[in-house]
Amino acid sequence: MKVLRYFAVALDSIRANKLRSSLTMLGIIIGVAAVLTTMGIGSGAAASITEQIESQGTNLLSVSPTGGSSTLTMGDAEALSDRSLHPALLTVVPEYTASATLTNGSSESQTQVVGVLPAYAPVRNLEAAAGRFFSEEETEANLRVVVLGGTVAADLFAVAAEALNQQVRINGEPFQVVGVLKESGSAGFGGPDSRAFVPIGVAQGRLFNAPRYRGDYTITAMSIQADGTRMEEAERQTELTLRLRHRLGPNDDNDFSIFNQASLLELAGEVTATLTVFLGSIGAISLLVGGIGIMNIMLVSVTERTREIGLRKAVGAHDRDILLQFLIESLVLATIGGLIGMGISFGLAFAVGRIPNFPFSVIIEPQALLMALGVSSASGFIFGIYPAMRATRLDPIEALRFE
Amino acid sequence: MSDYSSENGGPAPVIEIRDLTKTYLMGQTEVHALRGVSLTICEGEYVAIVGASGSGKSTLMNMIGLLDRSTSGSYRIRGEEVSRLSRNRMADLRNREIGFVFQSFNLLARTSARRQVQLPLFYAGVSERQSARRAVEALQRVGLGDRVDHRPDELSGGQQQRVAIARALVNNPSLLLADEPTGALDSRTGEELLALFDDLHRQGMTLVVVTHDDHVAHRAERIVTLRDGVILSDEPVRERASSTPIANRANALAAGDGQPV
Repeated sequence: MKVLRYFAVALDSIRANKLRSSLTMLGIIIGVAAVLTTMGIGSGAAASITEQIESQGTNLLSVSPTGGSSTLTMGDAEALSDRSLHPALLTVVPEYTASATLTNGSSESQTQVVGVLPAYAPVRNLEAAAGRFFSEEETEANLRVVVLGGTVAADLFAVAAEALNQQVRINGEPFQVVGVLKESGSAGFGGPDSRAFVPIGVAQGRLFNAPRYRGDYTITAMSIQADGTRMEEAERQTELTLRLRHRLGPNDDNDFSIFNQASLLELAGEVTATLTVFLGSIGAISLLVGGIGIMNIMLVSVTERTREIGLRKAVGAHDRDILLQFLIESLVLATIGGLIGMGISFGLAFAVGRIPNFPFSVIIEPQALLMALGVSSASGFIFGIYPAMRATRLDPIEALRFE
Repeated sequence: MSDYSSENGGPAPVIEIRDLTKTYLMGQTEVHALRGVSLTICEGEYVAIVGASGSGKSTLMNMIGLLDRSTSGSYRIRGEEVSRLSRNRMADLRNREIGFVFQSFNLLARTSARRQVQLPLFYAGVSERQSARRAVEALQRVGLGDRVDHRPDELSGGQQQRVAIARALVNNPSLLLADEPTGALDSRTGEELLALFDDLHRQGMTLVVVTHDDHVAHRAERIVTLRDGVILSDEPVRERASSTPIANRANALAAGDGQPV
């Protein structure tokens, strides 16, 4: 009951000394705002990376050749498509990728052209913004049709949607545009936005004249959609078949590598967690500095208020009363500072959200809020102990005489 | 004989000091601030303690005010021996038995008069509502009923000292202990303050004023003079600077105290 009334005393004192109080809180305010904003940036980046990886499907295996020349062939892809031997693999899509020049009149674009099968679109979660992906028939017939990534379409045509049914030239060969893909937003390398897709036979044949291995067209990669619950099995089955087909002995290294989206996700998770801890600890250091700031100003405040303390003792305050008064005052200051810091970090998160084209949003997690508030209150309490003890130890006679 | 009841039915003693000594250690040398002081102050008395600086009057005031402990001797306040009490118990007695008035007022900055006066009641554990009511009453008693929400910077020096007096009175102490109460006031305001002390004295309050100012001392009815840590003289004031009922003085004298040691 009496302890509650110390909060009223503390609030009175804070109100009566606004400048000193705000200076005391400043360190905590900055510390909490820094912790929450940096951790929010970490969480936002993590969420954005996870989302990008997941948008490509977490049940995806990517097989690519290692070493000098590709030994992965169309035959490998066909063999892996046998579901009776590979029950964990759902769809296998071979890819043949090469760089080419796309032109539309005077517009030109240096682009990765990917030869694939129509099944590539569902496996990679590709959606058409206009038109469609090319069909089985077009693939069988090796028709010169192309599906453009959003960025490529925008490069070649003033308005991306106008590309549909137009002709573009790939390394001089005319192709009909049958579809334009939705922009995935995952700019940068490997995203579908900056690529063009053609039937794989066309790419391997007249367009790029792909090298052959044991009489079979080579491919540059394979995308395998696997049963999401049996990813390890899928990886093992793929590896086993490819080793057998490539006639690798027990001591030979794989001449291919299998890449798992789930493990990429895991890796990204670890990276962002490390990033968050790193940013958070920078913020925590500023909170510590803020706590020391509280201690400094509380010590000054104790000296400045020596006469007040003497008076309080003269009119009957026990040592414990003085201890609690100063302890609660620094606790209240730090907590108010923490709340203001939270407000500022929300303001910053909102402001960042308004920046156009900023790659991710700042996400302030509830547990980060609780932690920041807890840490700031605790630092107010811990760093308040020493000044409060100094106040308690003052001799009332000396304190009253103090000028 | 009981030390704290009067044989002849006069006022009961509030303070009984016997052979009190206080020795400080300043570096290697011992300083004997009090060398055996005996003093009894009864209910309703108005006593001035005078003496040059270094005479021990401040030390004696700290003893009476329970702000410091004696080296030897006995000090009873309302019959309770206080020489060996714990810090907390001393704080409780300061809270309950003694009202302090300081030369420099010692008010809290930027705090309303009512809040200042509530302070002793806060430490006494009085509920907020009751303490607010009693604080306003105490302010009315010193003539500041219309200033309860004013802060120190909105009050004159005399008014600030009245707030301090209200604070000293609010917990109904046995003793009002004033240390150079007029020291920071101009003469006219000082006069008003002394008139207030006269009023309190008439109402039966026990007053002890520590001062080096003869004029202030002669407003009391008894002057205790200290020199070199002993009481040099302790005598009633023959011609008081202001008229107060003779009866009080007579009562005090009849109690058998006020004799030189």
